[in-house]
Amino acid sequence: MSRIRYRRLVAVALVAGIGLTSAACSSSDDKKDDKGSSKSSSSSAGTPLDPKTKVTISVDCMPPTTKKPERKQWLDDIAEFHKTYPNVTINSKDTFPCEDTDKFTAQLQGSSETNVFYSYVTDLNQVLDAGQAADITDYVNDKTVPNLKDIDPNVLAILKDDGKLYGLPTTNYSMGLIYNRKIFKDAGLDPDKPPTTWDEIRTDAKVIQDKLGSKGVHGFFEYGAGNQGGWHLTSALYGAGNNVVSDDGSKAAFNGPEAASILQTIHDMRWVDNSMPSSAGKAWGESQKAMGAGQIGMYLAAPDDIQLMVQQYGANFNDLGMAPIPGGKTSLMGGNDYFFKKSDSPDQIKAGIAWINFKFLTLKKGQFNYARNKTDGIPVGLPQPFFFTGQSKATDTADKTQYATVPVQNYKSYVDAQVPVKGEPPNAQKLYTVLDTVMSGVLSNKNADVSKLLSSAETQANQLLAAGQ
Amino acid sequence: MAATTVPDKTTRRHAGRAAGPRAQGGRGGLSRKLSQNLQAYGFLIGAILCFGFFSWYPMVREFIMSFQQTKRGVTSWVGFKNIKTIYHDPYFWTAWKNTGMFTLYALVIGFAVPFLIAILLNELRHARAYLRILVYLPVMLPPVAGALLFKYFYNPEYGLFNRILKIFHLPTSQWLDSSNTALISVVIAATWMSMGSATLIYLAALQNIPGELYEAADLDGAGLWSKIWHVTIPQTKLVLSLMLLLQIVATMQEFTNVFLMAGGNGPENSTMTVVYMVYQYGYRYNNFGGAAALGLFLLLVLAGFSGLYARLNRNSD
Repeated sequence: MSRIRYRRLVAVALVAGIGLTSAACSSSDDKKDDKGSSKSSSSSAGTPLDPKTKVTISVDCMPPTTKKPERKQWLDDIAEFHKTYPNVTINSKDTFPCEDTDKFTAQLQGSSETNVFYSYVTDLNQVLDAGQAADITDYVNDKTVPNLKDIDPNVLAILKDDGKLYGLPTTNYSMGLIYNRKIFKDAGLDPDKPPTTWDEIRTDAKVIQDKLGSKGVHGFFEYGAGNQGGWHLTSALYGAGNNVVSDDGSKAAFNGPEAASILQTIHDMRWVDNSMPSSAGKAWGESQKAMGAGQIGMYLAAPDDIQLMVQQYGANFNDLGMAPIPGGKTSLMGGNDYFFKKSDSPDQIKAGIAWINFKFLTLKKGQFNYARNKTDGIPVGLPQPFFFTGQSKATDTADKTQYATVPVQNYKSYVDAQVPVKGEPPNAQKLYTVLDTVMSGVLSNKNADVSKLLSSAETQANQLLAAGQ
Repeated sequence: MAATTVPDKTTRRHAGRAAGPRAQGGRGGLSRKLSQNLQAYGFLIGAILCFGFFSWYPMVREFIMSFQQTKRGVTSWVGFKNIKTIYHDPYFWTAWKNTGMFTLYALVIGFAVPFLIAILLNELRHARAYLRILVYLPVMLPPVAGALLFKYFYNPEYGLFNRILKIFHLPTSQWLDSSNTALISVVIAATWMSMGSATLIYLAALQNIPGELYEAADLDGAGLWSKIWHVTIPQTKLVLSLMLLLQIVATMQEFTNVFLMAGGNGPENSTMTVVYMVYQYGYRYNNFGGAAALGLFLLLVLAGFSGLYARLNRNSD
């Protein structure tokens, strides 16, 4: 190639490069215009999707290929959904973050989430602050979601802001106490009578430690870092009927006799009775690993841990039981839901609602198809999801009992207790950071002064809350 | 444009050379200069785009975000509010103190130990290549695997370190589970994981020292320490100062090891570093403005160190 032709080629490449860059910028603008026009051309929000409507939606959190039965069920359900809505194309994503909160945050900031996107129910504020959630209040009614009247209003309330609904729940849980029934039996304790107060937890933990400590088994486990300690302390305080923050979210409200008593008990379990591992446990997942390996007797948890421990850490369903949160006054609730992207067209929102309704909110279908779950080896009978009330709850409980593959009696005390649920406090993560310090203080320091830890944490929490206003 | 914005000796040399034709004759000279350098610009454009998109733009964006807040999808200018928020965070000084301590420990352990190992390796007559590979091996371990391995070693109950201490009837430690020892435990692990690279760089510098200098020192009757002090250190001064700067910059940005080994903040926030705090603001508190403001603080401090380094180097030249 001659020198001049070569230079021309470089010049053309430069111009093309600049052109492509501007084209890329302008195309994104064009897309925004498209969304706007499709919005204005839609039919009324409250009516279900017309089956003839041609629409495409992307949905994340399709089960990964490693979860074979769950993935197969997802694909089968899409095929069945297509029988009613042949013109709805669902682009399922399993590469998108499902429970990876950091990636989820990054996607929200980059507006790159799917049309219908999965999150924790506690993420509403984050999603709204990022300006990514569509208001679906007008779209959700007893025609589009026939079981709506039976969904626990407390669960729906967590997905509402200023009276507007932004998401639909798919699962939910309330915190409780997971305990190892086999360890209880081996230690001479009655596995059908799990502890219901912190004093009882301490007594039982000591019995387990005294009897089985030589085999590497510990009575109780607690976290002390990564905001997990703060999250657990909040659960414990809720159990005692306390709040961690004032109603308007501006002041810390955890410094009281209940918190001091719980923390002192945890301290004494760790340093006086030695009934806890000397490693306080850092990252989320360590308690599950230890319980799965049969090394700890009890820890605070949500019921979805049971399945995780069996599937990933070799635990046995028969060995695991669940009791209500100690104190039993209120219980921290959590769970998952799907939001709808703000830029979705009305038809995309309708199609998304139709899919979520079919897959997650219809009895005997999707996740509630217990007969199929039993055949596919997916556990039936775990105490979740827990969001139905009234007739739907009765039907769900009957179905669950009929097809149960796990020992439902092991969760009886948890289910029967019906502890009222409560959402996370405002500015939850900030408070968890502060409460982590308190929890790690009692777990890592033999001479910890609980009241000093609490009052210093109160000052810090107030400082954080004031700075964040 | 690039030739004037990139403060690099090579580009400065090119710019000097390109100034030649301009001196010879006005506008014709300029267009000739442009056409002569067209290929160079063509090649540069890729680098400029890459640096622009992935390095410079994020920095400018971070600066802008430090003064913005996004609430309910609306981004607004908030002046110094984010900076105030960060400054009044009860853990602001804790994070700086921990970061400073981390850097200090890392310098004491991570700067001196690899240099001493390099000197030892350089003195060896046998098995040098074999030992060099052995020293470098930990660097090949993926950082996550290394961190998790140490986390296991540090376990107070069944970890390797306490087992060894027990064998010798020495008092055991809580390692990562005590606010007194968590930070130093992370530093030890981080140093072990990155020591190989530093050792090899020091070794390369040591091997460039002319043998005659040591021979002359021998003739003068210098001992080992005298040779290190009067020959080795002055001859490797440039590499040592560059490594010092790189280590300060790297350790002040510590995140991975505290995140993986100590759950981030560690017992009683004893391992809360500035970058972990940035992470918390961004990904836990969902306050990207605050995270950006804290990042700006860190950028200024690191820029200060870099400036100091440049100044010291210029003086030594």
